[in-house]
Amino acid sequence: MAPPSPRRPGFSRRVQFSLFAGYVFAIVGALFALLLIVTARVDPAGHAALQSIATDITSPISSTLRAAVNTVKDLGSGTAAYFDAASKNRAMSRELKLARAKLIEGNANALENRRLKRLLAIVEQQKPRPMTARIVSSSSTSSRRYATLAAGAVHGVEVGQPVRAADGLIGRIVQRGQFASRVLLIIDSEIIVPVKRVSDGAPALAIGLGDGRIELRTLAAGTNPFKVGDVFVTSGTGGIYTPGIPVAIAVRRTRDTTFGRPLANPASLDFAIVEPIYIASLPLVELSETAE
Amino acid sequence: MPRPPRTRIDRPPSLLRLTGTPIITVLVGSMTPLLPMIASTPLVPPFGLVMLIAWRLRHRTIWPAWIGLPLGLWDDIFSGQPLGSSMLLWTFVMLGLEVIDRRMVWRDFWQDWGLAAVIITATLLGGLAIANLTGGNTSAIILLPQIIVSIALFPLLARGCAMIDAWRLLR
Repeated sequence: MAPPSPRRPGFSRRVQFSLFAGYVFAIVGALFALLLIVTARVDPAGHAALQSIATDITSPISSTLRAAVNTVKDLGSGTAAYFDAASKNRAMSRELKLARAKLIEGNANALENRRLKRLLAIVEQQKPRPMTARIVSSSSTSSRRYATLAAGAVHGVEVGQPVRAADGLIGRIVQRGQFASRVLLIIDSEIIVPVKRVSDGAPALAIGLGDGRIELRTLAAGTNPFKVGDVFVTSGTGGIYTPGIPVAIAVRRTRDTTFGRPLANPASLDFAIVEPIYIASLPLVELSETAE
Repeated sequence: MPRPPRTRIDRPPSLLRLTGTPIITVLVGSMTPLLPMIASTPLVPPFGLVMLIAWRLRHRTIWPAWIGLPLGLWDDIFSGQPLGSSMLLWTFVMLGLEVIDRRMVWRDFWQDWGLAAVIITATLLGGLAIANLTGGNTSAIILLPQIIVSIALFPLLARGCAMIDAWRLLR
């Protein structure tokens, strides 16, 4: 005989009612969840505000974990550094001597530069100092590629700012909480970055595929001028991304398109630099016309 | 009549342990994205969901159907999916299992594993659909490794769930 089903609770009115109320609650809640998803589509800003609260709460946990991992890593490399301390020391002092000479040369050049610029009367734009923060975790179970940055509104982060590491572009801020923000990585499938090939400036669009690769779509129709090994940097077209940030290196080429790998390896992201939003400058001619 | 002496033997476990343990395992499972690693492709199994299924298949009456809402909200907070995504999908999972319980009354572990495989696949694909609806443009093939890993890990996690359950019911 089959076991008596606990979902058919005999004749007790009270139990029957509470079971029924449970189903009603589940279905009403599911509709509410659907509504939440719809807000993410029709009102991304409002939804992002909701999510950024969650990011604020969870980022300290990741930050602590990340710090612990880094401490262990540092211990390992610290111990390893003892073994070749002497030879390294010699090499470094040699380098230092060279660097000092270069520094003096550089200082002289800077001075000369300043003088020449004054001569040309170019007003240098005051650049705000870029801000650095730690990337602490990522959406490892979701199909979207987000990372959490341990800096938020109180540190001066703005939605839309590009984020880069020393070796390349990481992504863009899409949500900002008080103490943490969410970065959409360039390998996510929503992001498109205008890029150019380093060697000749051939333009392309870098489109994330969501699986760690980046598609480098050429703007020239019919041909694919790119080769394996080509390096692409941001072109600055349309603003947002400052020109010259390394983005991707081409690793596979088909007849129609090229696939690349991000130069800032997502697995080894640690410190990131939040850059100001780049505003493509107007041509000089227009500027002088408006000045008159 | 004298009260029986309080002993540590054969006392029913506390209500907190009985109801709290399964919920905590699911909550902890949902917190995997907090681990300090930056994944370039979805490969980490949705541990929260797998634990939810493991407990629900083990004890039919452990949770009412609406438990998918609070647990799903918790999962959404950490996962990076739009809020409401797991709330909706997990509630569907719970309601679906109620229907299946009426059709398949006797089940062995292989059938449970098969059920879990279907549920995991459907939920991950549903999550992808919701993520794509709200801005992404990812193809479903990318999820294949994650689906395979999750299904392959299910027996192991179900085993772990059984061990926790033995401790939970320990008198």
